[in-house]
Amino acid sequence: MNIFDKLMKLDRRWIFLLLAIVCVWSYLVPFDIPIMTEPESEAIYSFIDSLPPGDIVFIAIDYDPNNLAELHPMTYAIVEHCWRKKLKVIFSALSQNGPGMADQAIRDISDSLLVDKVYNGVEFKGREIVRGVDYCFLGYKPYYALIILGMGQDFRLPFPNDYYGTPLDSLPMMRNVINYDQVSCVIDLSGGNITDAWISYGQGRFNFPLALGLTGVMTSQYYPYLGSGQVFGIMGGLLGAAQYEEMADNPGRAKEGMRIQFFAHLVIIFFIVIGNIGFFMTRRQKKKEVS
Amino acid sequence: MKRQLPFALVFLFGIFMLFQYFVPHEKSEWVYEFLLDWVVVIGIFALALGIWSLFRVSVDKIKLRKENYGYSYITLAGLFVMVAFGFTHRVAEPWGLYFVWIILSLLCLASLMQLRASTNSGQKKKYLASALIFLVLAIIVAIYDDAWKFYFYTAEGLENSMFRAFFDYILIPILSTMFALLAFFIASAAYRAFRARNVLATLLLIAALVVMLRFCPWIQSGDTAWVSKASNWLMNVPNLAGQRAIVVGIGLGIVATALKIILGIERGYMGKG
Amino acid sequence: MDFYTFLWTTFGVFVTLATFSFLYKDNPFYKFAEHLVVGVSAGYFIIILWHNSLVPNLFQKLADGDWYYFWLNSSQLWYLIPAILGVLMWTRFSKDYAWVSRWPMALYIGISTGIAIPLEMANRVNKQLYAMMADIDWSNFFGTNGFDLLDVNSGLSQVIIFIGASAALIYFFFSKEHTGLFGKVATFGLWTLMISFGASFGFTVMARISLFINRIQDVGVWGEAAWDSTNPNYGAGFQIVFWLMIAFVVGYIINELRLFARSKSKAS
Repeated sequence: MNIFDKLMKLDRRWIFLLLAIVCVWSYLVPFDIPIMTEPESEAIYSFIDSLPPGDIVFIAIDYDPNNLAELHPMTYAIVEHCWRKKLKVIFSALSQNGPGMADQAIRDISDSLLVDKVYNGVEFKGREIVRGVDYCFLGYKPYYALIILGMGQDFRLPFPNDYYGTPLDSLPMMRNVINYDQVSCVIDLSGGNITDAWISYGQGRFNFPLALGLTGVMTSQYYPYLGSGQVFGIMGGLLGAAQYEEMADNPGRAKEGMRIQFFAHLVIIFFIVIGNIGFFMTRRQKKKEVS
Repeated sequence: MKRQLPFALVFLFGIFMLFQYFVPHEKSEWVYEFLLDWVVVIGIFALALGIWSLFRVSVDKIKLRKENYGYSYITLAGLFVMVAFGFTHRVAEPWGLYFVWIILSLLCLASLMQLRASTNSGQKKKYLASALIFLVLAIIVAIYDDAWKFYFYTAEGLENSMFRAFFDYILIPILSTMFALLAFFIASAAYRAFRARNVLATLLLIAALVVMLRFCPWIQSGDTAWVSKASNWLMNVPNLAGQRAIVVGIGLGIVATALKIILGIERGYMGKG
Repeated sequence: MDFYTFLWTTFGVFVTLATFSFLYKDNPFYKFAEHLVVGVSAGYFIIILWHNSLVPNLFQKLADGDWYYFWLNSSQLWYLIPAILGVLMWTRFSKDYAWVSRWPMALYIGISTGIAIPLEMANRVNKQLYAMMADIDWSNFFGTNGFDLLDVNSGLSQVIIFIGASAALIYFFFSKEHTGLFGKVATFGLWTLMISFGASFGFTVMARISLFINRIQDVGVWGEAAWDSTNPNYGAGFQIVFWLMIAFVVGYIINELRLFARSKSKAS
């Protein structure tokens, strides 16, 4: 058996081991890779950055722990950007485990807002984030398509109370907020079919500005909506999150993850090249044997 | 009645919602909001079906002593403990006998499982007695311990630190790790299956390589900066074209299937009988 | 990070490594993690459904009624109807009465299919077709600075999008045989689709690797916390727990190597 046959029959656990070693090594070796931003992510950052204090942004946290790696950094970057700029945020979570993800993110980001920070040369004083004043977390309801439609009539229709059981009418920030008309934009962070519902049932019916934060698997499928103007921005995967962190001058897990991502991609490309070389050499040998 | 009424309901509500979209009248909007409210309530009970199914499968696995039935105890314990955390909240500084109550309740549950699984009448009596004892003790602890309370109609349970800890340190790590296994499988799949056998496969491979190299720091600037630009063009032009065709195809498919369901041509969703 | 949180983080690392051990082979630690998450996930969902859905959307609407009258004295009595319909869904488990569950299902299916038709037609089909029929920018046909084939806003790119999307739609038309000119256009459409799938694969690789990266970062945070002597809550307990975990993992690996060596010597 020559080397190419051995390569073709390699136990996959060696592939797993090599990938794991490369990823762990690149985590332990600190170096930054420059992040180039793209128009799709820049559009979202510019939109949020242009909003005056007091405006309301609706953030739909529609992902589960299986998509956490790519979408949680987006949530942290966007929400911290919004709160530093004193924008108000309405959260919803229409995926099964979304409420827990949103609750965790709100607690963590609220803690980080207590500290003074400088972003892009601008100093932001630390402040306390108050539930009902700075944010409202609507919670979860089943059948997301109908909930998205219902919120277009009145948020109170599907959500009479917030996630913590407080009636929406008793929350100061929700006093004059009826539906999407009072919201500056909706940002949907999703790892599944809920994005389609936001586009068709939400933006399609109520015409609000919609941006998407998607997992890498889904990103390429939503470029047609960007091209048709139905969404004004897309953040795709960990790269999209890293680009937002870069623009917001708030490096986090996404930027840290990109250097590991780069070496992992090199490993995968190496495997593809080796696999193809082995395939062509084996095929050539078989042709020679036949002739 | 068994099949005709459901098909008639599908037709009536389907046609109503289809035409309601074009009717901005107040009465039409009122009916629409009414129906949305109803569907949410029905949906809640429908989703509980899956949970009951899980419970039944785990209990049957224990009863019939199937392979690896011991792990079903872990499933049921996790389910019960999470529900218990979600309906309770601490009101005093130390936890008091909260964890004692949890353990007594789990022991009662385990005794009931063993009761269901045992065939011997002597064993059944033993397990029944132990279940009753643990239940009575749990009730006594719940009544007399002031450090925590039950909350069924208000949502304090959602802020229970144990509920949050189970979500943050059990649910999140395990679910995200299960999907992280895919990273290794995609590496293995790329090695074994990604072959440039023909023109189409080569085209796919080149597109994938251009996208994967897009954020390589050594090709983002200078003479090779065109790779990043090529990647951006690839996403916004040919990828957009191909995905647009898929989106239009899916849209037409959804409309066709929805019409078939409303008109009763497509009946698979009703099941047999 | 206090010691209590560090213990929880350690348990999170334990279940992470237990789940990863599946890559080597199925084992009791993996099975434990798998069964635990199924139970905890189901319990979590029950609580979310109860507090976020059932209480505000049903019980609070019937709050002015009394439970011992089955809420029949409530002013919003009609909310009992969807509740009864929802309970009727549970008849699916009965062999004789499973047909009753079709009624509430019919309500939901009718409503959702009725809404889907105009909205999906408008947003997936019409708006995409409008975008395809946008005016071509003849003044910028070959891109900025006169000639830039990689300019996404150039007229040439718009033409490629139009032709590519149309050709791909023609490829999906299976009622006519793909021969002659029709076949050639369909082949071009297939090429366009292959480029889309290649781009999708590239992103998928990034997505999957990201999931693994997140786990490495979480384990890294745990490792850093175990050695962070600047933490005001830091104590010997952190180190003890850290080394116990390391010893457990190393012990498991040594045991597996020992079993592997033994099986190899038996085979030879």
